[in-house]
Amino acid sequence: MADHTDHTGCAGSRTDFEVYVHVPFCLRRCGYCDFNTYTAPDLGGGASRGNYANTVIREMELVRAWQEDHGIEEPAASTVFFGGGTPTVLSAADLTAILGAVRRIWGLAPGAEITTEANPDTVDEAYVAELADGGFTRISFGMQSAVPHVLRTLDRTHTPANVEAGVRAADKAGLWSSVDLIYGAPGESLDDWRTSVRTAIDLGVDHISAYALTVEPTTKMGRQIAAGLIPRPDDDDEAAKYEIADELFSEAGLRWYEISNWARPGFESRHNLGYWRNVDWAGLGPGAHSHYNGAGSAGRGLRSWDIAHPRMWGTAIRSGKVPWADDESIDAEADIEEFVMLAVRLREGLALADLVRRLRNDRGMDERVAAGIAGDIARRADDEGLAEVTDGRMIPTLKGRLLNDTLIEEMLEAIDAA
Amino acid sequence: MIEQKNKPGFTDQSLIRNFCIIAHIDHGKSTVADRILQLSGIVPEREMRDRFLDRMDIEQERGITIKSQAVRVPWTFDGTEYTLGMIDTPGHVDFTYEVSRALAACEGAVLLVDATQGIEAQTLSNLYMAIDHDLTIIPVLNKIDLPSAEPEKHAEEIAGLIGCDPSDVLRVSGKTGEGVADMLDQIVMEVPAPHGDPDAPARALIFDSVYDSYRGIVTYIRMEDGELHSREKVHMMGIGMTHEPIEIGVISPDMMPTKALGAGEVGYIITGAKDVSQSKVGDTLTSAVKPAAEPLPGYRDPKPMVYSGLFPVDNAQFPELREALDKLKLNDAALIYEPETSVALGFGFRCGFLGLLHMEIVSERLSREFGLDLISTAPNVTYEVTMEDNSVHVVKNPSEFPDGKVKRIVEPMVAADIITPKEFIGAVMDLCQEHRGEMGTMEYISTERVEMHYRMPLAEIVFDFFDQLKSRTKGYASLDYHEDGEQSADLVKVDILIQGDKVDAFSAIVHRDKAYSYGVMMTKKLRELIPRQQFEIPIQAAIGSRIIARETIRALRKDVLAKCYGGDITRKRKLLEKQKAGKKRMKMLGHVEVPQEAFIAALSTDEPTDRDTKDKIRAAQKAG
Repeated sequence: MADHTDHTGCAGSRTDFEVYVHVPFCLRRCGYCDFNTYTAPDLGGGASRGNYANTVIREMELVRAWQEDHGIEEPAASTVFFGGGTPTVLSAADLTAILGAVRRIWGLAPGAEITTEANPDTVDEAYVAELADGGFTRISFGMQSAVPHVLRTLDRTHTPANVEAGVRAADKAGLWSSVDLIYGAPGESLDDWRTSVRTAIDLGVDHISAYALTVEPTTKMGRQIAAGLIPRPDDDDEAAKYEIADELFSEAGLRWYEISNWARPGFESRHNLGYWRNVDWAGLGPGAHSHYNGAGSAGRGLRSWDIAHPRMWGTAIRSGKVPWADDESIDAEADIEEFVMLAVRLREGLALADLVRRLRNDRGMDERVAAGIAGDIARRADDEGLAEVTDGRMIPTLKGRLLNDTLIEEMLEAIDAA
Repeated sequence: MIEQKNKPGFTDQSLIRNFCIIAHIDHGKSTVADRILQLSGIVPEREMRDRFLDRMDIEQERGITIKSQAVRVPWTFDGTEYTLGMIDTPGHVDFTYEVSRALAACEGAVLLVDATQGIEAQTLSNLYMAIDHDLTIIPVLNKIDLPSAEPEKHAEEIAGLIGCDPSDVLRVSGKTGEGVADMLDQIVMEVPAPHGDPDAPARALIFDSVYDSYRGIVTYIRMEDGELHSREKVHMMGIGMTHEPIEIGVISPDMMPTKALGAGEVGYIITGAKDVSQSKVGDTLTSAVKPAAEPLPGYRDPKPMVYSGLFPVDNAQFPELREALDKLKLNDAALIYEPETSVALGFGFRCGFLGLLHMEIVSERLSREFGLDLISTAPNVTYEVTMEDNSVHVVKNPSEFPDGKVKRIVEPMVAADIITPKEFIGAVMDLCQEHRGEMGTMEYISTERVEMHYRMPLAEIVFDFFDQLKSRTKGYASLDYHEDGEQSADLVKVDILIQGDKVDAFSAIVHRDKAYSYGVMMTKKLRELIPRQQFEIPIQAAIGSRIIARETIRALRKDVLAKCYGGDITRKRKLLEKQKAGKKRMKMLGHVEVPQEAFIAALSTDEPTDRDTKDKIRAAQKAG
């Protein structure tokens, strides 16, 4: 395990602070999924479903102690997010107990956003009500598709009706809902996708995420594609589906705020925005990542990640260690790369003044040179129709969202060439 | 190690036997040579390593001896110690001139043939060269220990070729050592002793010259007349340079400095020469104080047959490429190069090579020994282009092809000899015909195998003829070729345009009948190899201003990672860094990024097999 004692803490001004809790359990594994998740109920080392909440709470205490040792004083958490896996495999009582521990250890800011992901199969009205009572404000349902044959391809066991029931239960309990969709599954037609988009809109939710199916070679689906059993998702097809989604969501009053996320204004996921705005967060649970601005050997930030295997993760915690597998100090090069690649995903875009500041800090340029480069970068992106510049911010166009990596590469190339 | 009675510089010519071994790649020359060193006692058994003679990695891996060396081997026969000068010869067609010099340094040649395979075209051509030099031929079949050996059959074949009795053909196994001692006895008995004039002014033939990073230029010589002493100034008669010798000696099996070298002896000399061009193969070395009146015959400058452009992928590596070529040149007098600028590839060098293998070896050494990442353009021969206004242009590179009305194009020709088992005669004839070959005679060298003679344009051979010959004859055919004048031909230059811009690196000079298939195949290959980019990319082939083929790379529509949450950030950044590194391996042509593979694709011409390609070629031909 890495030695974490050499990182100089930085007690400077801190950003928002968020907490992410990873729950590595699922009832079954979907063919496309490459997340750190397990179907066995007991993974050993304290990482069983029954004991999971206790172990995560113990981790929180260890992380809090680490922060104190390194002079990191975080404000009360502005958001808490339970992801997975399937967090709702745990009892509602476990989830609210973990949330209670966050409140006790770091505090919750007024109006904090508290979200859990949910599989439509695993929640009912009582469960949702219990979450609401415990302080949750938001549920994100893994809907994926409204078309039965697409759900089958994705190995999903729920029906479109389950999703509807889940959303209504959330409404009743006073929780905001979001649904996730996946497009580009083998065999999904453009009309199938339109059906899914319209069904999601008709649920009346305030937030929808739509993700292009990304097939990792190590997944079951990846192996099936490699063996030629099912066709590989096609970029052109996915581009067409993205444009369909963007158009239909916009017509319904859901505005894009990040490449794969649409919301009614004011209903954006504040937790997820935090990742792209590069705030501080503590990630808890096997494989979860954390981020602290100003920490690390270069004073530019520290990213760390928990041991991925639940049993070894649990064993580390039981022996009183922060269960990190490794960490990485953000250096000058990484700092600017991360800033660019995260900011241009957002509708709020990249503030050119922030880019200039980083060019000065990370690349030692003088202000005039830095401003010149930032200007060139913005102009080129504008010329190519990848971004527009408004009020000193570079905002990706629809083309710039679909070709976001191209945009990022061009920007970084221009920075490297300077 | 044994004590040798015959001392260098004091060995009577009657006790000297100089010989070389003529063999095809893989026929076991190195193994037999190693066995000779071991039997003679100069290399103790425990130090015996295979490939004692071949030193460079590439040579070992390919089983090719690029540079010859010479070892002094004692051999006692009938109670008398003889001194054998064993000269190792390069085994490939590209190095014919070097082979001829090695042969000129000998009185005898062991013709070593694999008893499982029989004689091959290059061996045959070297054998004929040895016979022309009046060398005594000792025919030997190797690998007789192998179950698949057919010594009777191949002895007949060899006997037929050199006009001896099949029972005169010796049988050895380099692997077990069987028959090798008899072979050495035979050499002593059959190969004539040298008969130079020991009292005349010194004359020595340079038959090899290599660069050694510790010793500088090591020049291998065969004394013809007179004596050379250490500390005696030497003069190169062909290039007219005088050198101070630092050391003279013999190799047995390591370098041994000696006081002198006498007539008939084989040894080495180290001078202050800076590179091998100051000590050239074929030149005559004499004493500067008491020079000979006439040089030995046969000196000539190596002449490149094939040209190719070498460009660093990263243009910043240009100075390193220059340095690397300068270093290779130390060891390779045949390598020539001059700076070249390509619109597509930036700064590089146009290099001249003796042939395809020479070219491959040079580019492989550049990448392996010097860590250079290179793009090499398609090999090209020298054309003579006469315009309507009678101006004449020498074209070594498609980009030098003049614009305007061409009256006549002349291309170099070769005489190609192909040996093949008779069942592939048809396949070889088809292949040669496709490559504009004109059939000459054909002889059966045995009941099973024939030697076919063709006259062909060199340009047709340098492309990928050899690979195709091998694949169509299941690897059985062998090829040898030599220059054979020139001819005028209906050739055109085909250009490839990416986004409307001509890419000089893809231009080719081809026969008009093949222009369409070149155009269609190249545009299709490029469509496959160039990644989709933000905009649509038309790819065209043209003769002059006439477009003969066209493909389009559609614009990239989606290039984005769907999810980028907390745990994805580090991974995504690493991916970006990897892509950034990958991009450095791309060439920017205008706005288009072209991967290196695209430039390599221009180096092969697979036959069109799919229907779409065939249809397109037919359509282009009709339109033309």
